[in-house]
Amino acid sequence: MKGFGKYVIFLGSLFVRRETFKTYYQLVLEECIIIGIGSILLFVLVSTFMGAVSTIQTAANLVNPLIPRYIISQVVREMTILELAPTVMAIIYAGKVGSSMAGGLGTMRITEQIDALEVMGINSSSYLVLPKIIASILMYPLLVIVAGVCSLVGGYLVGTLTGIMTAEDYIYGIRLAFNPYFISFALIKSLVFAFLISSISSYKGYYTQGGALEVGIASTSAVTTSVIAVLLSDYFLAQLLL
Amino acid sequence: MIKINRISKAFNGKPVLDNISGEFDKGKTNLIIGSSGTGKSVLLKCIVGLLQPDQGSVYFDLRNFTEADKDMKSEIRREMGMLFQGSALFDSKNVEQNVMFPLDVLTTKTLEEKLDRVNFCLKRVGLENVNSKMPSEISGGMKKRVGIARAIVNNPNYLFCDEPNSGLDPQTSIVIDELIKEITEEYDITTVVVTHDMNSVMGIGEKIMFLYKGHKLWEGSYHEIMNSGVKELDDFVFTNKVMKNLKGKVTSL
Repeated sequence: MKGFGKYVIFLGSLFVRRETFKTYYQLVLEECIIIGIGSILLFVLVSTFMGAVSTIQTAANLVNPLIPRYIISQVVREMTILELAPTVMAIIYAGKVGSSMAGGLGTMRITEQIDALEVMGINSSSYLVLPKIIASILMYPLLVIVAGVCSLVGGYLVGTLTGIMTAEDYIYGIRLAFNPYFISFALIKSLVFAFLISSISSYKGYYTQGGALEVGIASTSAVTTSVIAVLLSDYFLAQLLL
Repeated sequence: MIKINRISKAFNGKPVLDNISGEFDKGKTNLIIGSSGTGKSVLLKCIVGLLQPDQGSVYFDLRNFTEADKDMKSEIRREMGMLFQGSALFDSKNVEQNVMFPLDVLTTKTLEEKLDRVNFCLKRVGLENVNSKMPSEISGGMKKRVGIARAIVNNPNYLFCDEPNSGLDPQTSIVIDELIKEITEEYDITTVVVTHDMNSVMGIGEKIMFLYKGHKLWEGSYHEIMNSGVKELDDFVFTNKVMKNLKGKVTSL
């Protein structure tokens, strides 16, 4: 509970003694490039294979000849939109971006770069962390959309190229009984996950004490705590919004 | 002028600083000296506000910094420059961006004005044609110089240096010490240097505060340090045979 209280105070400190809008604009832009461009290849790769594997596994489990083949792509669609794109990718996001945030801030802390900012009269948490959180909230939903599309494309490619189903069946299944609310649900989840991962990772990095070993521990702890927070919030959001 | 009044600080119930008072004069290089673990850096961090003292106050030209609100603290801090033990240069920025950083966030100067000031400060610390180099590409001594340039770029009223000679060879240490002293006199600022380097003490220690196990045991100048009559200070100053012989000669004079 003490840690949670410190985390809440840390979040509060992001909004006091802020710098100018221009400063944040540049910092957010830089962070967006680091987070967005830096992660897109991994997201495309992982989500394409996830979609492909989901198609094969769903097909392998649908052995009843009475079940039409287009059900496969419908299942892949629902899995992708509801869980794979927002939640599973969040775990990958925590591993890549979260650990990088914690490591970067941790290194800045132990090499006194954060102290240097404070001595200059700059609110270091607001200057360093707020742009990361804003950039994360802006970029992660976009990455989730990219991941969702790639997953469905991956499923399509594997489904049609291996002969599991025809292209027409796949497209038909994807469009069948489509509930647009699930897209909104996925995007709401992605916003929450982006906030949790970036804020928790920044918190862990910002309060690192010690040396290189502790920076490593902070990075690991950032990923672990972020993943737990993502899974818990995933459950509560599902209960709340579905 | 900076005045500290009855500063105490403890960590986990263990006292590190006990009731320390003193004044650091304007236009002088004020030194805080003592062995490792005596609380020098903790005292410096209490002065600049990186640590909150358990009791006592710090005054910057009669402005109570310890009890000031966040805006006032921020305002006073913008008059400070600090050279950190490890230089604390921002890894992701090159030399020019590092030195320009305080101007970027604290002033509304144009890019041309900022570049002029950065180049002036870099030249002042003896660095030229290194603007585009990254901190990882320059030597320890150069990092310290860049750190000093960054500390003075916004015309501070107060300059703080935490172990400015750590990790440097004796020759470079002297150059850095001289630079700190020159800048202090040139800009008439209040400089506080934390060190345990005796070369610095004898070279630039116009006003010296000696800490021992969290207590202030002695205050004076480098002229007076040889005959302080304080055993702990003598043990700190006269650590080797050469210095002990020197003490013998000074005492006999």
